[in-house]
Amino acid sequence: MSNDNSVKTGLRESATFDRNTMAEIRRAADTGIYDIRGFGAKRKLPHFDDLLFLGASMSRYPLEGYREKCNTSVTLGDRFAKKPIVLDIPVTIAGMSFGALSANAKEALGRGASIAGTSTTTGDGGMTPEERGQSKKLVYQYLPSRYGMNPDDLRKADAIEVVLGQGAKPGGGGMLLGQKITDRVAQMRNLPKGIDQRSACRHPDWTGPDDLAIKIQELREITDWQVPIYIKVGATRTYYDVKLAVKAGADVIVVDGMQGGTAATQDVFIEHVGIPTLAAIPQAVQALKEMGMHRKVQLIVSGGIRNGADVAKCMALGADAVAIGTAALVALGCNDPRWDEEYQKLGSAAGFYDDYQEGKDPAGISTQDPELMKRLDPVEGGRRLANYLRVLTLEAQTLARACGKNDLRNLEPEDLVALTVESAAMARVPLAGTSWIPGQSF
Amino acid sequence: MKTIDLTSSTVRDLNQALHEQALECTEREWAVTNPKGQHNLAVGLDQKLAVDIHGHAGYFCAGMNKKAHIVVHGNAGQGLAENMMSGTVRVKGDASQAAGATAQGGLLVIEGNAGARCGISMKGVDIVVKGSVGHMSCFMGQSGSLVVCGDAGEALGDSLYEVHIYVKGEVKSLGADCIEKDMRAEHIEELSGLLNRAGVDEDPAAFRRYGSARQLYTFKVDNASAY
Ligand SMILES: Cc1cc2nc3c(=O)[nH]c(=O)nc-3n(C[C@H](O)[C@H](O)[C@H](O)COP(=O)(O)O)c2cc1C
Repeated sequence: MSNDNSVKTGLRESATFDRNTMAEIRRAADTGIYDIRGFGAKRKLPHFDDLLFLGASMSRYPLEGYREKCNTSVTLGDRFAKKPIVLDIPVTIAGMSFGALSANAKEALGRGASIAGTSTTTGDGGMTPEERGQSKKLVYQYLPSRYGMNPDDLRKADAIEVVLGQGAKPGGGGMLLGQKITDRVAQMRNLPKGIDQRSACRHPDWTGPDDLAIKIQELREITDWQVPIYIKVGATRTYYDVKLAVKAGADVIVVDGMQGGTAATQDVFIEHVGIPTLAAIPQAVQALKEMGMHRKVQLIVSGGIRNGADVAKCMALGADAVAIGTAALVALGCNDPRWDEEYQKLGSAAGFYDDYQEGKDPAGISTQDPELMKRLDPVEGGRRLANYLRVLTLEAQTLARACGKNDLRNLEPEDLVALTVESAAMARVPLAGTSWIPGQSF
Repeated sequence: MKTIDLTSSTVRDLNQALHEQALECTEREWAVTNPKGQHNLAVGLDQKLAVDIHGHAGYFCAGMNKKAHIVVHGNAGQGLAENMMSGTVRVKGDASQAAGATAQGGLLVIEGNAGARCGISMKGVDIVVKGSVGHMSCFMGQSGSLVVCGDAGEALGDSLYEVHIYVKGEVKSLGADCIEKDMRAEHIEELSGLLNRAGVDEDPAAFRRYGSARQLYTFKVDNASAY
């Protein structure tokens, strides 16, 4: 018998038709169009919280917290590029477009990343001077839409990221709804103002890995082989995608798990396509190792990274660095309780807001409204982001030292155990207290 | 005139030599011999150079061109003059698929036929094809103009934005949201200007004009079948 007074006979909520499900049916019946929203997958998924570190004790020595160094810097893209990217910390800022985000938000990301010694990434909408100006290291995305793509910006970039997909929507293109297509955004994308823009999901001038190899060579030729070329994929058939990306000539591979954020995508896409970040990393690392390319072609992982433990766990599973999107926006003030009243007016609440596509963000981040945008001070935002990035790094170092590692990249799967059978199978580490890795040994 | 023979030089040598002209132009005229269908020839140029490629070119020839005048005396592979910004690219033979993809400016002239998706996602370039174009040409075309003196394949101008399309011959079918539009005086004028610039002797009055019905610009329930 339940002690919960709210549970009454005749008031049993269906697990199948719960309130969210019913609300969505009503919404569909009202509007006749699928739900488009921002943010990442909201369903519960096996994730980094399902992993734990085995700190050192008798069989391994820990490192002293304040005295013994734990390196956090990482070099990306030394396979072919003349100028690889050297980062002080292995946490980068993921590609988020100007258009989806305000100019102030982009500037704040650039400032924060530069203070912390890491890179930012452009997005589906081209490079803005604000962003180039404030980002010491800027990765320029090469997307199917090619909005704003031009050789001058290409040569200004510190790296080029060929985007094949995104974790929130592998196989889908971008969207930017009319409210956000202001004059400046329309001009940068060469589109009529105010339209509901849907970006292409496939690149217009190549298909398949053999073409991609030639495309990458073209980008290298245009930039005289100076800068690294990344390939970003949404996590699905990660093992094969990573092998093909290496073969196509990538210097760096970015794998974005299904929890990864988005600015605007169909909800059905966000929640039902792709595999969890946790499941993607071992597949990517296996592919790299089989090709003798682990640590030679660097692996950046993103999708649901929130704290230093997540960073350390990614790296222990074999990533060289991580990228963050949603968490960086939260650090800037997205979903902050101080805007709760205004979120309520929009039919949402602080902590739940995901209508990035509407362009009405009270925090001034996912908007093009000049008044709302002013609420985000890029200098203050940059400082907050830098603080947050430092905390991520300190936390990851703390865990690495506890495992006896003097470099974050020395963390290894052996340092991890899993709390659930699912996470043990996906991450390919043993269930805590056992030596059992489901699918590998008994 | 400087000649680069691709039997003894690499594509890298060629592009590097052409890029060096961007800083200081010491040689305007370039000839490329024995290209033998190699990829990425004369990509990323940023200077008023005249480059003649004597033979066939592979993928992405003249990609992202700025200012240069590039002539391929042969056929060109996939993605010819992709994302061109300015200048002129002329192909004496045929061009494979995605010619002029996403190009933002300049003039692309194809004297033979173009394959599928000619002018896909074009963003301001003017493309003149003396022959015919393949299916899905001008797919998601944003701006600029596409002139086809021959026929157009299936689904011309699918999901079109603001490109002006002129076709003299037959159009196999129109893509979603693409419709035939009136040929008014200003269009005749625009078209004759394009034909003139391309050096193509055709009567503008013999062409029909196609453009966007602009019905897919915003999400509407009634258009659900087109999404
Ligand atoms: C507002 C927003 C805009 C985004 N825009 C792009 C984009 O233009 N191109 C892209 O490749 N990914 C884009 N992404 C995805 C991010 O690059 C990244 O893959 C994702 O946010 C990582 O997951 P996380 O949000 O859980 O950290 C966007 C994400 C957000 C939240």
